Amino acid sequence: MTRISFGKWLLPLYAALALIFLMVPIVYTFIFSFNDSLKSNITWRGFTLDKWLHVCAVQNGAVCQAFGNSLVIGLVATVIATTLGTMIAIALVRYRFKFRSATSLLLFLPMATPEVVLGAGLAAQFLSLGVPKDMLTIILAHTMFCISFVVVTVKARVAGLDPALEEAGRDLYGSPGQVFARITFPLLLPGILAAALLSFALSFDDFIITNFNSGAVTTFPKYIYISASRGIPAEANVIASAVFILALVLVVTAQVSSAARAKRQAGLG
Amino acid sequence: MVTGAFADRGADLELVGIQKRFPGFTAIEHLDLVIPAGSFFALLGPSGCGKTTTLRLVAGLEEPTDGRILIGGKDVTTQKAYQRPVNTVFQSYALFPHMTVLENVAFGLRRRKITDARSLAHEALRLVELDHLAARRPGQLSGGQQQRVALARAIVNRPALLLLDEPLGALDLKLRRQMQLELKSIQEDVGLTFLHVTHDQEEAMTMADTIAVMNKGRIEQLGAPEQLYDLPKTAFVANFLGQSNLFTGPVLGETSTSITVDVAGRGIVVPKARSHRHAGDVTIGVRPEKLTLHRENPVADSSHNVMGPGRVRDVSFTGVSTQYLVAVPGIGTLVVFEQNRSFGPVEGEGDEVWLTWNVEHGFGLDDDPADWETKFVADTSTKSIAAQRRATLVTELEEA
Amino acid sequence: MAFAAFASTTAPTTDAPARRRSKVALLLLLPGILYLVLFFLAPLVSLILTSLQAPSEFGDIGMYSYAFRWENYAAVIEQYWPHILRSFGYALIATVLALAFSYPLAYFIGVTARRWPLLQSLMLVLVIAPFFISFLLRTLAWKQILSDESFLVTSLKAVSLLAPDAHLTGTAFSVIFGLTYNFIPFMTLPLYTTLERLDLRYLEAGNDLYASGFHTFRTVTLPLSMPGIVAGTLLTFIPAAGDYINASRDFLGGADTQMIGNVIEANFLVLLNYPAAAALSLILMTVILVIVGVYVKRAGTEELL
Repeated sequence: MTRISFGKWLLPLYAALALIFLMVPIVYTFIFSFNDSLKSNITWRGFTLDKWLHVCAVQNGAVCQAFGNSLVIGLVATVIATTLGTMIAIALVRYRFKFRSATSLLLFLPMATPEVVLGAGLAAQFLSLGVPKDMLTIILAHTMFCISFVVVTVKARVAGLDPALEEAGRDLYGSPGQVFARITFPLLLPGILAAALLSFALSFDDFIITNFNSGAVTTFPKYIYISASRGIPAEANVIASAVFILALVLVVTAQVSSAARAKRQAGLG
Repeated sequence: MVTGAFADRGADLELVGIQKRFPGFTAIEHLDLVIPAGSFFALLGPSGCGKTTTLRLVAGLEEPTDGRILIGGKDVTTQKAYQRPVNTVFQSYALFPHMTVLENVAFGLRRRKITDARSLAHEALRLVELDHLAARRPGQLSGGQQQRVALARAIVNRPALLLLDEPLGALDLKLRRQMQLELKSIQEDVGLTFLHVTHDQEEAMTMADTIAVMNKGRIEQLGAPEQLYDLPKTAFVANFLGQSNLFTGPVLGETSTSITVDVAGRGIVVPKARSHRHAGDVTIGVRPEKLTLHRENPVADSSHNVMGPGRVRDVSFTGVSTQYLVAVPGIGTLVVFEQNRSFGPVEGEGDEVWLTWNVEHGFGLDDDPADWETKFVADTSTKSIAAQRRATLVTELEEA
Repeated sequence: MAFAAFASTTAPTTDAPARRRSKVALLLLLPGILYLVLFFLAPLVSLILTSLQAPSEFGDIGMYSYAFRWENYAAVIEQYWPHILRSFGYALIATVLALAFSYPLAYFIGVTARRWPLLQSLMLVLVIAPFFISFLLRTLAWKQILSDESFLVTSLKAVSLLAPDAHLTGTAFSVIFGLTYNFIPFMTLPLYTTLERLDLRYLEAGNDLYASGFHTFRTVTLPLSMPGIVAGTLLTFIPAAGDYINASRDFLGGADTQMIGNVIEANFLVLLNYPAAAALSLILMTVILVIVGVYVKRAGTEELL
């Protein structure tokens, strides 16, 4: 009997420990955002709220500048990648065309290629064309690797969309444009939003490709990379922790509200 | 552990004082049941009545809260599913999608380290006439073929007891009939004990030797199909197995062989041998096909009960028979099935009619009419639901 | 989610009643495809061209002209073969460790916790939570936790579990540890996706057919979760093989742990030896594509549905 109950508890116990393990560096980063550190943020020197209250004060606001760059790059790359990727996803599911498998391969390859190769390739191209590296080259690079992920995410949603809904729209006198705007798009919206969030997250956290194509521009991850050898100011921890908390709150709210909705619907049905 | 040996014949199944509680509800209150070796036994009931839970308890997929399970006289209550000499044909078939048909059928034999698993599996597939598809994956088979593979996968192990969990539920009507006959003949061939769980009364009646009607975690009545239909013990059985017209009233008098019940001022006679209660308030009933319609008040006759006059409220033609709903003042709406011996329905809507039936066809329930209301649960057969809906609609219209 | 990417290529494509209006399809496809041709395919071509370049005769450092110097490949392989081998070795070990770590976790979230959907989704949030905090900061946090002065290392030394002069950072151990940690979510999510869809009735059928818990796992659960294992191992192995953050000396690596990514970065951005960096990139990509191709084909035709 004891053996059975031990086995019963083993898996939940393991899962709890595993999740705690995953949280360790996050908690560490969060704690050290309150460290009363000087130049580097390695040893604990006492609790302070200063870094949270004056994030942009250090190094003439270099951290905030890098953070701002990352936001701009992430937003622009997300808008372009989501638009292009959604169009491809709709075409892939709804239409038959030549070179279909070639198209699929072209979309699959960027995901199967290590980032360092993508980064070096683009950098080699910009170099040979004599394009100077700046914000634009970073945005071009990020858009490229986000498209495939958008296609995969939205495609799943389009495939789950009953074509009869669009046919019903046409049957009820909707023009192709109206059918798209009033039926297809609203139904795809959750998938498109998920794709946009994913591509923003990928862009925001990307370092490897950025490093090859950024020239003098500093993004948030690049700032951390550059500062790593001489010590990272606690302000970086503040920004990372703030972003983390914001993302966590967003996701948990979405999960809880969808669970509550599911429960309500189950209660009705 | 199960040894490599096959059961050469079916074994008795005995459930003693079984109780099963889940968090929040009790699936089985108290169940005692003996299924003799070699029989084809059906557990019949609406969804949620506890029949599938019973099956899963026997298979070892659930543990009883209380009670014991014996197979062939041996207590298996604490044995795990893989240790019991029992196999299941699952409702979803649960054929392993990553294995071929042959691998599926040989799975149990291989686990039991039986040497000629392959040839035995082929043999079982030949029995269900699917040996030519042995190399296919389950996904490439039709529903009926999958069902037969699931059956082969179970019987190839020669279990002492074969459990069937609504295995015909997913099939269309024609295939269902065919499979019912096939199952029955396989059971006769191999001589195993079959425990079949279903909500389909027709399926249970055509296949099983013995039916147990389950409701709310208890067995309401147990017996041969004809017996259950002819002499239902409770209102639930009377309405779950086919349809019934039920009336309630006090017993007025009795002779040595029969009782007379006062139904809205009319004396209705029921043989004592066909009634479970002989005094006080009783509920009696008669099957719709046992009723005869008359245009004129029939001459009184001691061998027949008469009811009426009433008015025909609805006529539905169903091919073999015609179904009439007749509203009798003071009693309610009665259902009548008449064989279509001549062309088309005989009576029309609004006609005044009398009803008679042979005294020998009535039955008296064991239910106490006092708790009749609480015990009578809506029947799941769509046919009678429709009839009941129509009946309530008709009465509403009448009142309006 | 995107983590189904690899699985979806092996799944049968649904031939839904697609309409033939190639003009509309073309309009929808063209901008995105053109973009990928310009910024993914063309760079690959320039990478190939760059990898064959020769140093300019009268040029400065970093000046190259187009040529067909196949020797570039031989040169980088000769010089960097330990890095190439090390990259794939580290990535392989990290992938196996991540799989061993993730499978029970994904099984608990996807199968055991099915009865509590809210708990299930909250645990999933915790699995992807590392994505919400910068990859580099996470890795730096581990560097500090594993550093010589850290509480962990000093206590391990105090109880003699670690030799007094031993280090954790800057070793193969810390690099593989970092790779494993950083790619665990990529492993757990696809595993979760397949296990969450696993029909438990198959397990019951296995139990019914005389297979014990362990046998049922080996013959039913494991084969049915193959798509998740394939997707997860690829999503872990590919980025791990090309990673250069964990192995970097400023993070978890040391002088003896440099991987192929580190030498590509150094050659491209520091030494300005573009042909060498390009040749190394192409070697990395080719090896990965071959591995992926063989792996998907094997797993796809024999074990997958």
